Amino acid sequence: MERFDAIVVGAGPAGCAAAYTMAKAGLNILVLERGKYAGAKNMWGGALFGSAMNEVFPEFWKEAPVERSVSRHAISFLTKDASLSIDYKNAHRDSSSCPGFIILRAKFDQWMAGKVEKAGAIIASGLEVDDFIREGQAIRGVKVGGEEFPANLVILADGANSLLASKAGLRGEFKAEDLKQGVKEVLRLPREVIENRFNLQGTEGAVMEFVGHCTLGLPGGGFIYTNLDSLSVGVVVQLSALLEKRVKASDLIEEFKAHPVVQNLIRGGELLEYSAHLIPVSGVSMMPRLFADGIMITGDAAAMVLGTGLILEGANFAVAAGVAAGNAAIRAREKNDYSSIALQSYEQALKDTFVIKDLNTFREAPHFLENERIYNAYPQWACDMMSRIFCSDGKPRKNTFQVVRESMKGRFTVMQLLSDFMRARRAM
Amino acid sequence: MKVEDKLALNKFEVDRDVHIRVDEKICDLCEPKHCLYACPAECYVIRDGHVTFSYEGCLECGSCRFSCDRGAITWVNPRGGFGICYQYG
Repeated sequence: MERFDAIVVGAGPAGCAAAYTMAKAGLNILVLERGKYAGAKNMWGGALFGSAMNEVFPEFWKEAPVERSVSRHAISFLTKDASLSIDYKNAHRDSSSCPGFIILRAKFDQWMAGKVEKAGAIIASGLEVDDFIREGQAIRGVKVGGEEFPANLVILADGANSLLASKAGLRGEFKAEDLKQGVKEVLRLPREVIENRFNLQGTEGAVMEFVGHCTLGLPGGGFIYTNLDSLSVGVVVQLSALLEKRVKASDLIEEFKAHPVVQNLIRGGELLEYSAHLIPVSGVSMMPRLFADGIMITGDAAAMVLGTGLILEGANFAVAAGVAAGNAAIRAREKNDYSSIALQSYEQALKDTFVIKDLNTFREAPHFLENERIYNAYPQWACDMMSRIFCSDGKPRKNTFQVVRESMKGRFTVMQLLSDFMRARRAM
Repeated sequence: MKVEDKLALNKFEVDRDVHIRVDEKICDLCEPKHCLYACPAECYVIRDGHVTFSYEGCLECGSCRFSCDRGAITWVNPRGGFGICYQYG
């Protein structure tokens, strides 16, 4: 069997970025994907923000299967029957900046894998890596079924549910407290209906996020993304909270879809697919060792996900980290040194990118977002306050600030609000 | 719409090998039964008072694996090419 310079496990954003970087530099690369095709096992909310993909595949949206570009971003607080929203829309987008794109992964990941193949790497789909080839402590390839694939280096990019990360000794298993579960439905709707309903022109797209009643107050949220002729609708909930409160995400998504505000947006949608995935959300505190002799780990498998409540990035980080791993592999090959000492350059390079910098900036965010007031008391307060301010019932009106204070009663104290505000300042 | 009807719309390449093994004897002694709430595909159900597992609708998210603290679940991925094949994702 031919010896590869590197074997990449997983053909998602991290794996494809790593493989593409290395293949372009002339390395002999094999990508092993367990799905029937790249993207077969992947789902997300979905939008891709940031510039990392654009740096690897310049102006990828001109050729890649993207659904819509993000022009509208709304966040709504939900109670049982009401909602209060912040709705951002920019019609005059600066064309030099890289907008966000709404993407369906099954198609997009296949496109990425195609680019990797064109750059000279071999993509082998439908192959599940069972174990590693080892020489002492060092990893020197992988085993698939009975077959061995030797390589100087292995790059693990096998996602949140990586079985190989712990086998490689890079980390223990993730804990339910550190994971969120996303469930999603893709609902078919005619293009014009989507554009009218969400106030979009042409291929403009909307990202709608919801906080509060959609998760019955559990840490997490709901989302709607407008695809070209379908909607991605779902909820994301802290896994440990589901277990503790004995609630199923499959029930929460029904609750979310039945909310009067959401119901109106998705009306008439015909279900095409039901999907689920885990998201590692605890940031730096759950990050594994990133390298060892003959191996590096990247993307979701290494918990490179940023969630601050307002910002949610995984794929952008995965691509940047994949490139960093690819470059470290190129340097290792130049020196013909694949030891953990040589692979330190991967972690060094990552520290200089936004990946580690952002995760450090927002290192308090995961803990802050566990606060249940964000999902219960505050949405109720916000909606109750608005309903009282707008209410005209023939009685003399109260001063608006008095209404604000009165709406807080029984929900939280001024001290709690101040302390949460201070924590938000640090976390966000 | 029931979860099983939703799953019926998904594309699966169902393997003849079962990729998740559940030791139902351990489940009988387990009080919290986290698996019932962890699985978004409702692969774990109570039948005649016992946890029963079926792998066919598994979406391979891994939630049950990270939720069972009794060691009742042995998880491997389905063989390459088998299991869920998302068409949209």
